[in-house]
Amino acid sequence: MKTRRDVFQAIADPTRRAILFLIAAQAMTPNAIAEEFHTSRQAISKHIQILTECELVRQEQKGREIYYHVNVSKMEVFDKWVAQFKGIIETQFRQLDQVLLTIKKNKP
Amino acid sequence: MNNNLLFDFIVDKATQTVTINREFDAVLSLVWDAFTTQEILDQWWAPQPWASKTRSMDFKVGGRRVYAMVSPEGQEHWSVQQYTSISPKTNFKMLNAFADKDENLQLPGSNWDLTFAEQKGTTTVHISIKNDSLERMEQMIAMGFKEGFTMTLNYLEQLLAKHKL
Repeated sequence: MKTRRDVFQAIADPTRRAILFLIAAQAMTPNAIAEEFHTSRQAISKHIQILTECELVRQEQKGREIYYHVNVSKMEVFDKWVAQFKGIIETQFRQLDQVLLTIKKNKP
Repeated sequence: MNNNLLFDFIVDKATQTVTINREFDAVLSLVWDAFTTQEILDQWWAPQPWASKTRSMDFKVGGRRVYAMVSPEGQEHWSVQQYTSISPKTNFKMLNAFADKDENLQLPGSNWDLTFAEQKGTTTVHISIKNDSLERMEQMIAMGFKEGFTMTLNYLEQLLAKHKL
């Protein structure tokens, strides 16, 4: 398997989802984010780095501090997946509707 | 034909479960057969232009259905459904997992729970799909967007369940 970092890999990790959840409410500094977790600063920093690489979060410099925001446009990728999944199931069930109709018609 | 059939599609983020409710304009026994017999399943299980090809099916507890989703180019993606519980014409549960063509399962899979109920000739099927394996999701990513399409029912669930926090 080719290794790559994409949005799906990014959200596969529960800590990264929690980080997204936190900063969805408000932009936060790396220190403030790390304080919310019982894990090392380095570990949180690595998670933020992955989220940044996948463009799920973006940085903003404010004075001497860096703030992290959720990149809303990137999150829309997931909405598209949901829509696609839903669409496929709808297709299958419409096919089943037709199959059921055919069976009923052919019944004596 | 009744075009006002219920179709719910609910993603529960907390439990990472996808719930689907769908009505069918047919009596319960017919809908039950459509989900539990090989001949009917292969007529609708794959979204066109893909085809569902069932190699074997033994619908009993402990039995399995071995099937392939066949792409328009003829490429086969094998899966196995293993039946874990059956209450005739009411409910059945199964583990759905990828497999190679020799039926070696790629676990973990997703757990499906299907409940059937009829009211005045309309049958409602309630489906709950739970899948919480990171490996499966990574596999899907590796296969890519286009191929993932075929596999959707098997393993997009986790992604969907987690797509929003």
